[in-house]
Amino acid sequence: MKLSHELVRHIARLARLGLSEEEVGRLSLQMSNMLENFEILKELDTTDVPPATHTIQLQNVLRKDDVTEPYSQADILANAPRQAEKCFKVQAILE
Amino acid sequence: MRAKELYELTIHEAHELLKRRQISSVELTKSVLKRIAEVESKVHACVTVVEDIALEDAEKVDNHIKTAREVAPLTGIPALIKDAICTKGIRTTCSSRMLENFVPPYDATVIEKLKAQKAIIVGKTNMDEFAMGSSTEHSAFFPTCNPWDLSRVPGGSSGGSAVAVSAGEAIYALGSDTGGSNRQPAGFCNVVGLKPTYGLVSRFGLVAFASSLDQIGPVTRDVTDCALVMNAMAGYDPRDSTSVPRPVPDYTRQLIAGIKGLKMGIPREYLVEGMEDGVRTVLEAAVAKLRELGAEIDWGASLPHTKYALAAYYILAPSEASANLARYDGVKYGFSEPSASNVIETTERTRQFGFGPEVKRRIMLGTYALSAGYYDAYYLKAQKVRTLIKQEFDRAFERYDALITPTSPTVPFRLGERLEDPVQMYLSDACTLPVSIAGIPAISIPGGFAGDLPVGMQIIGKPFSEETLLRIAFAYEQATDWHKRRPRLSRE
Repeated sequence: MKLSHELVRHIARLARLGLSEEEVGRLSLQMSNMLENFEILKELDTTDVPPATHTIQLQNVLRKDDVTEPYSQADILANAPRQAEKCFKVQAILE
Repeated sequence: MRAKELYELTIHEAHELLKRRQISSVELTKSVLKRIAEVESKVHACVTVVEDIALEDAEKVDNHIKTAREVAPLTGIPALIKDAICTKGIRTTCSSRMLENFVPPYDATVIEKLKAQKAIIVGKTNMDEFAMGSSTEHSAFFPTCNPWDLSRVPGGSSGGSAVAVSAGEAIYALGSDTGGSNRQPAGFCNVVGLKPTYGLVSRFGLVAFASSLDQIGPVTRDVTDCALVMNAMAGYDPRDSTSVPRPVPDYTRQLIAGIKGLKMGIPREYLVEGMEDGVRTVLEAAVAKLRELGAEIDWGASLPHTKYALAAYYILAPSEASANLARYDGVKYGFSEPSASNVIETTERTRQFGFGPEVKRRIMLGTYALSAGYYDAYYLKAQKVRTLIKQEFDRAFERYDALITPTSPTVPFRLGERLEDPVQMYLSDACTLPVSIAGIPAISIPGGFAGDLPVGMQIIGKPFSEETLLRIAFAYEQATDWHKRRPRLSRE
């Protein structure tokens, strides 16, 4: 299967990933190549096989609602690219 | 024979000397730091070295040892940590522009556990960006070189950790393994690398790549050291919801039990097309040695689904990665490209300039596999194949105590050789990926040499059979001396 440049751009939009035109071209080729390698899975009849989400049998892992020491606001904000009034600063999201 | 330099010691050797106060932690740490200064310009294994912190900690430890009744096995011993594992106050980059200036406000659980034993953290090691790669060439900063041949790759993604241990830049290191990232570089650098059973070691504080596959593991100079680091790291952690609550044994206890009567299979599907003759020769000699030591060997073992593992892995891991890496949006931490006019464009540009080519490739592949219309054909299909691969291993372990394979089909390849061909690069993990998919443990140990290049031997076991794997590894190690060979990096 050949991935068109248009489909590559669509996927990139879904992933919120900016790509140069050169990258779109290269990814179209490389992803097509990889998808071809995935074709091998079609050999297997998996109709009645349950999907594995993980390999260990754990269910409903819950914790007690205990109060613990939180990280300090200053520590968490220290890595923020932009901040204002002790908050993360972002561009306007609503018009 | 010249006396060993301190930086060449194993954990257990250094521990004995520290305990008897024949050396100090400051001396040991200085020896490692001096070695880093000597060889780092050749191998490029470290992203960050924290000389001041390490020496300050070493001095405290020396004072502690003076009065302590008990000295823990890792006390005072310098380690390097893969830069995907969060270290409080020490930059943790994942070898990515995205996290170039990220300083974690907390320690990963494994770091807390090392610190509880008063381990000395010397710095952070280079890796493929976000652990995506098999050669450490996908580091956004610089490639790491194999100390056995500087024109060759050290493997990856934990290449920096494997090189550091091999070249004497630390007594041991931590790495992480998603599809072979601890085992394959260990094999390429002639050191020991373990991927524990999924759920045995806490992932809290390990920067997430593929959450259903990631495990932290030790990189060490011998099998005893591997057991000692596992003793420190393994165990339930309420902060990791996939951590398995079960008692942890003393992993050193079974080492000397021998392997008489253990049943070992060599699955024929692992003697794959593209396997080099040198690797095959080493495997055959290694298996003969195991037989000599009393193991019952079956060359007729078969795992027919092995050939589907690569495709399943390269759907599952990128899918999980695309979800995990959605968090890098330039808001809470990490790189941010602020010049765009709206929030969506800012996110897109941040990710365009913050991620390197391999990370982008995997995000794209994963997003595609999870997107509407393709989910059933790729992601769901791969999850079903995962079930089949797991079941096949379960059946094999009804007959065998362990499976023996090479760690990688080839010796370390040349820098640049596979960089432009992702599929070729992915093939170097053909022997390690199925194990990751099944969530089972495996260890790579020095198996022998093809010419001047190391070849790793992989020992695979059923879930939580680390004691058996270490016991087989130890028996082989004691009967050979491959693990004692060190690369000849000149010492100017």
